[in-house]
Amino acid sequence: MNKIGIILSREYFTRVKKKSFLLTTIGVPLVIMVFYAIIIYITVSGNNEKQKIAVLDEANIFNGKIDNKEQELEFSFLKNETEQSFISKYKQEGFQSFLYISSDSSASKKYRLHSPSSTSLPTIANIESIINDAIRVKQLRANGIDPEAFERLTKDVSLENTIDTEKGSKKSFAGIAYAVSFGCGFLIYMMMVIYGTQVMRSVSEEKTNRIAEVIVSSVKPFQLMMGKILGIGAVGLTQFIIWIILLVVMQSAIPIFFPDLIHQINNVPQANAENISLLTNTVQGIASLPLLKILLSFLFYFIGGYLTYASIFAAAGSVVSEDQQEAQQLVFPVLMPIILGFVIMTKAVNDPNSDLAVFGSIFPLTSPIVMMGRITYEIPLWQMALSILLLIGSFLFFTWITGKIYRTGILMYGKKASWKEMFRWAFTKG
Amino acid sequence: MNILELHSLKKYFSDQKAVEDISFNIEKGSIFGLLGPNGAGKTTLIRMITGIFYPDSGEILFNGKKFHPMNDIINIGYMPEERGLYKKMKIGEHAIYLARLKGMSRTDAMTSIKKWFIKLEMESWWNKKVEDLSKGMSQKLQFVTTVLHNPQLIILDEPFSGLDPVNANLIKEEIYTLAKNGATIIFSTHRMEQVEEICDQIVLINQGQKILDGTVREIKQNFKENIFSIEGNIIPENLMTHIFEVVSFDKGKLLVKLSKDTNNNELLNFFINQNVSIQSFNEVLPSLNEIFIRLVGETTPTRKFEMIN
Repeated sequence: MNKIGIILSREYFTRVKKKSFLLTTIGVPLVIMVFYAIIIYITVSGNNEKQKIAVLDEANIFNGKIDNKEQELEFSFLKNETEQSFISKYKQEGFQSFLYISSDSSASKKYRLHSPSSTSLPTIANIESIINDAIRVKQLRANGIDPEAFERLTKDVSLENTIDTEKGSKKSFAGIAYAVSFGCGFLIYMMMVIYGTQVMRSVSEEKTNRIAEVIVSSVKPFQLMMGKILGIGAVGLTQFIIWIILLVVMQSAIPIFFPDLIHQINNVPQANAENISLLTNTVQGIASLPLLKILLSFLFYFIGGYLTYASIFAAAGSVVSEDQQEAQQLVFPVLMPIILGFVIMTKAVNDPNSDLAVFGSIFPLTSPIVMMGRITYEIPLWQMALSILLLIGSFLFFTWITGKIYRTGILMYGKKASWKEMFRWAFTKG
Repeated sequence: MNILELHSLKKYFSDQKAVEDISFNIEKGSIFGLLGPNGAGKTTLIRMITGIFYPDSGEILFNGKKFHPMNDIINIGYMPEERGLYKKMKIGEHAIYLARLKGMSRTDAMTSIKKWFIKLEMESWWNKKVEDLSKGMSQKLQFVTTVLHNPQLIILDEPFSGLDPVNANLIKEEIYTLAKNGATIIFSTHRMEQVEEICDQIVLINQGQKILDGTVREIKQNFKENIFSIEGNIIPENLMTHIFEVVSFDKGKLLVKLSKDTNNNELLNFFINQNVSIQSFNEVLPSLNEIFIRLVGETTPTRKFEMIN
C-alpha cells in the first residue's frame, strides 16, 4: 500500500470513528425528518376543527344560504337579532365569531366580523371571498346574466411550460428546477467551507504539535498533504452518501410511522387539493429533471471544487503559527471567492444565462458553486467543457504551488510567513 | 567504511546562510556527536541528511552511493528535537502507523513494536491514548518509533531532554546496544557531558560552518594547555620557579601551567627535590564544554540575519 493510502486511511478512520461524526451524520437528517414530519402533521391535522360563525345578513346578500366550499367554516343564520344584541351572546351560544352585514348601503363599514380575539388571515380571506362570490352572483342576476353561464365564460388560465429537447417534449417545473439548482449549489458551498476549514485546522495542528517533522522524515510533504486532503474529502463524501441513504429510507418510512397521514390526505380531497397537486408536481418535477446529469455534475464539481480549495486551505494552515488569530486572518481571503461564488449562484438560479452567471460558472474558483446553480437549465456544451477543463487545470495548478508552500511552511516555526515569502516559496525552484 | 559522507553541503535560505560548505564522514557503527550552539545550522543539516531538504549544492553519499531520499529514507530513523505525536491516537496504533509510513507491513510492525515495548517496559500502554502519557513517557514512545524499523542510521536530536535519570539510562543503554549491533547513531545535542560519555567522534559547527572534527580524545589533546594537577604536602612559599605558573592552590591541590620548553619530568623533579610526598599527579585536559565555549564564545552568540542574493 503506498504512503498516500496509509495517510488517507488514518485521516479517514480517525474522523469516521469519532462520536461527533456519528452524531452529525445520523443526527442531522433525523432532526430534519422529525421537523418535516411535525410540519406535515400540523398542516394536515391543524385545520380540522370547525369554526362556527354566526351570520346576521341584514342586506340579504346570501338569501339565507351560503354555498360553502370551505369545510372548516360552518355558517348559521340568525333571525330576530340585531348586531348590538348578539355581540354579547355569540360566545355563549358556541360561535367562534359573528359576521354582521349591514343593510345600510351608504355605511362605510358595511361588513363586520366580531370575534373574541383576532381571526386568522386565511379565515378572513375565506369569508371575504364567500361574500364577494355572493355579491357577484347577486349582481349578475340583477343584470340578467346567468351566473353559471358567466362561470363558463371566464377562465382561470394556468400556463404550462414545455421544454423541447431532441428526445421529445416534457413539462417544465420552474419551481422544482430552481429549488434543485439552489440546493445543489448550497450543498457544494457548505461542503467546501466545512471540509476545507477542517483541512486547514488539521494541517496547522500537525504543525504546532510538531508531528509534521516526524512524518516528513518518512514521506514526502506532498504525500502527507494529499493523503490528508483525500482522507478528509472521503469523510465528506461518506457523510453525504449516508445522508442521502438516510433521507430515502426515512422518506419511505414516513407512512409506517404516520399511517393516518396518507389516509387523511386522500380523505380530504377538497381541502387539500392544492397540497396534493403540490406533491404530484414535486414528484413529476423531479422526474422531469436531467437527474443523471445533475448527479454526475454534482460529484465532479464537489470533488473538483473541494480538491482545489482544500489544497489552498492546506497551504494556509501550513504557514500559520500557534496563534489562532493568524489563522482567522488567512481564512478570510480564501473564503472570499467561495462566498463570491455563492452570491453569483443566487443570481444564476434566477437568470442562468446572464453574463455574470456564465462567467461565474467558468471561472474555476467559483464554478463549482455557480455551475450547480445553472445545472437544471440547458447549458451550452462549450461552456460546460471549458468549465470542467479549467477546474481540472486549476486543481493541478493550485496543488502544485500550494504543495511547495506547504512543504516549506510546515517546518517553519516561530514567525508567520509574509505574502511575499509565500509567493517566493511557491514560485522558486527546489 | 563510511555510512555517510557529506561533501561541501550548502543550504541558503532567503535571509540566512544556514549551512555553508560543510563536509565530514561518519563511520559505520559509530556514535557520532553533532554539536553546535542554537541556530548553528544543525537542524538544517539533519534535515538534508533525512531528505526533508535538498542541499543547494554539495553531495551526500549514503553507504557509498549518492543519497536518494525516496529509497534510503527507510534506512534512517529520525527523532527531531521538536517532537510531537497525534494526541488522540492510541499508542499501539500510533506506533504501527509510523512504522507503516517507513514501509513496514502491519504484521512486521506489530512484532517489532511488541519486542521494543517489552524491552522498555511499555507493554501496558498499548491501548492508552497519547494524551494520557507524561512527557517522559511520550519521549520513550518517540524513541521506539524512531528505531523500530531497524534503521542503519539513527538520528537523535536531544534524545534525553525531559527524561528522568533512570529512563535516560535505559535509553542510553539501548543506544549502545544499537551501535554494537551495527547501527550508526548521530547524536545532536549541546549537553557536552553526554557527548564526552557517549560519542566516538564529534563535529562542532557554528554559524553554518564546521569548526571542529575528530574523536573526543584527539580534540582534547589538541586543546590541552599543559595544565597539571598535583596533590601532596606542598608548601606554598616554595613555589617560585620558571618551570611553571601557578593557576590555583586550594586545599593541598595545586594546579599549574607548564612553561614552554619544559616537560612533566622537570615538574615532578622540582617537587621531588623539595621532598614533597606526591599523592597524585595528572594532566588536566580541557572538558568539551570548555572547548565549546572557547570556540563558540569568540563569535557572536546569536546569528545575524543578512540578505543573500
